[in-house]
Amino acid sequence: MTTTVTPQQGLDPAVRLDLYRTMVLVRTYEMAILREYHADKGPGFDIGKGLIPGEMHLAAGQEPVAAGVCAHLTGDDAVTATHRPHHFAIAHGVDLERMTAEIFGRETGLGRGRGGHMHLFDPDVHFSCSGIIAEGYPPALGQAFAFKRRGTDRIAVAVTGEGASNQGAFHESLNLAALWDLPVVFVVEDNKWGISVPRSASTSVPSNADRAAAYGIPGVRVEGNDVDAVHEAAGELVARARRGEGPSLLEVETLRLLGHFEGDAQGYRPELADVEGEDPIPRYEARLTEAGLLDGATREQVAAEATARVEAAIAFAKDSPLPDPAQATRYVFAEEGSR
Amino acid sequence: MTTTAAPTTRRLNTSKAMAEAIAQEMRANPEVFYMGEDVGPYGGIFGSTTGLFEEFGPSRIIDTPISETAFVGLGIGAAVEGMRPIVELMFADFMGVCLDQIYNHMAKIHFESGGNVKVPMVLTTAVGGGYSDGAQHSQTLWGTFAHLPGMKVVVPSNPADAKGLMTSAIRDDSPVVYMFHKGVMGLPWMAKNRRSVDVVPEGEHVVPIGRAAVAREGTDVTVVTLSLSVHHALDVADTLAEDGISVEVIDLRSLVPLDREAVLSSVAKTGRLVVVDEDYLSFGLSGEIVASVVETDPSLLRAAPKRVAMPDSPIPYAHVLEYAVLPLHDRIEAGIREVLA
Repeated sequence: MTTTVTPQQGLDPAVRLDLYRTMVLVRTYEMAILREYHADKGPGFDIGKGLIPGEMHLAAGQEPVAAGVCAHLTGDDAVTATHRPHHFAIAHGVDLERMTAEIFGRETGLGRGRGGHMHLFDPDVHFSCSGIIAEGYPPALGQAFAFKRRGTDRIAVAVTGEGASNQGAFHESLNLAALWDLPVVFVVEDNKWGISVPRSASTSVPSNADRAAAYGIPGVRVEGNDVDAVHEAAGELVARARRGEGPSLLEVETLRLLGHFEGDAQGYRPELADVEGEDPIPRYEARLTEAGLLDGATREQVAAEATARVEAAIAFAKDSPLPDPAQATRYVFAEEGSR
Repeated sequence: MTTTAAPTTRRLNTSKAMAEAIAQEMRANPEVFYMGEDVGPYGGIFGSTTGLFEEFGPSRIIDTPISETAFVGLGIGAAVEGMRPIVELMFADFMGVCLDQIYNHMAKIHFESGGNVKVPMVLTTAVGGGYSDGAQHSQTLWGTFAHLPGMKVVVPSNPADAKGLMTSAIRDDSPVVYMFHKGVMGLPWMAKNRRSVDVVPEGEHVVPIGRAAVAREGTDVTVVTLSLSVHHALDVADTLAEDGISVEVIDLRSLVPLDREAVLSSVAKTGRLVVVDEDYLSFGLSGEIVASVVETDPSLLRAAPKRVAMPDSPIPYAHVLEYAVLPLHDRIEAGIREVLA
């Protein structure tokens, strides 16, 4: 079954404001990381230099997916995200200070500086991500398996991009989840670009929701990067997973506002000039304002709260100690008496 | 080694000893389950789950589709949530279809999480050749697994160790790759060495991971080996004893952690080293053993060391060709005589 969801108008105003808050928090975070990332990469651009070294994949523009899906989850549910993980981490309630400290490579980070921005693990909210395309799907099966085995209604959400939908891990995971009726919602973020390769050059079908039919599970595609529509579609799919009715797939048309990674000049992207006009956050602000849910004061308040949280997290990271180089190879194996 | 059972003379083949450890741990811990291809009613292609389906049923002895990336990954996720999965990869040669889950996820999550997320999972897999299964079903590949950080790698050679190492593997909080050679399992449909049926303690039996065993004491030369090759080395040692040559055989039992101390103390005694390895010669275990000795104290060696391993070639099919490349009796004996010359 493939369904294309159109935005609904009956959503609870409080929920819509929460979705807005989450999206603003994510955007504020990504813009702050962007600022910190580029602050000391010079002269020129040296990817390995600075307070935040290494590759940086920011999720600005993709906030509706994370906000709309994670609104239905609690910290007891699992999320496996991708190399572009910040929006799902934030929307799922990962500890912002320890996440930021990890991105800054500090001892107080989620991985004590061993992981980095593509390898964030917060067991308190069952969050993980993987830098390998589509390979975050299989572990989500196991989390869902454990939740189901223990008789709970907890679920796992597994996230990939549309570029991952041609990987074996994607298809193997859909089959096994369907076969064993596992409580997983597979989310595909279609930002239309696999680094520089457009979807038209990578994927044989216009909608990955159609591929769900091959595994006998529901597939839904949400157009328009619309957080209300994502929220509605995800709500149904999460609820059926909780009821023990098995897995499903949700593809969301979304938008990569920035490059694949920082430093990507995006010369391959003809529509780049139009991208700013498609930014989902001003559009949502306009709709909430039109509906009488948002005024200037609330908008400023939401922005101020987000900025305060983000800047506090960045300050925490910068004030945190660097890991001890003498301990660079610690944690290869579990230690006696550790958690 | 700890055993709570009374001394026994009961004998089992290696596959039943392995399955007995799994059964005992499953009875004690409901979080343990076994998953893989043909592990249910079939009992595992190489007997690894003999009798387990009958006792534990399909909810804990789980047949999977032929979909290794999905079910190895499923094991990882279940382990992250505190279960203790044992996941079987039918042949180590099949690592290629699921290696990302193994080396980028199973092996790295604990490290990347700064020790905050454990992956207490056992990956069992059959290894080795000698029965004309060709280049894609005969490899040992333990050096490849051991080269990639984050997984323990255990390689039992006999029934008692198979049981004791399995107990330790299931209880370990780190991922453990448990590699059983088809030739040590004591299968009725494959040529087997005479030690593949032997005495196995009946109760809880634990062999710590990371400690080599002296399979035979000797004074003239040290043979460091593992898995099925232990038995070939012991057979050669019997032969050479008739010529007055005293061979010490070290059974490594695990590659990760590697018991370098056991190697060094034996070589310190004999002054001569032969490494017998059914894995490929170059860039692997045999070089690692030699390096461990030479880096520590080259003066321990009174003669150049010798490696008897698979040549750097795909494993051929025809019996005469496969037996030309396997590290068997004649090549081991020649290697020992060379370091004694």
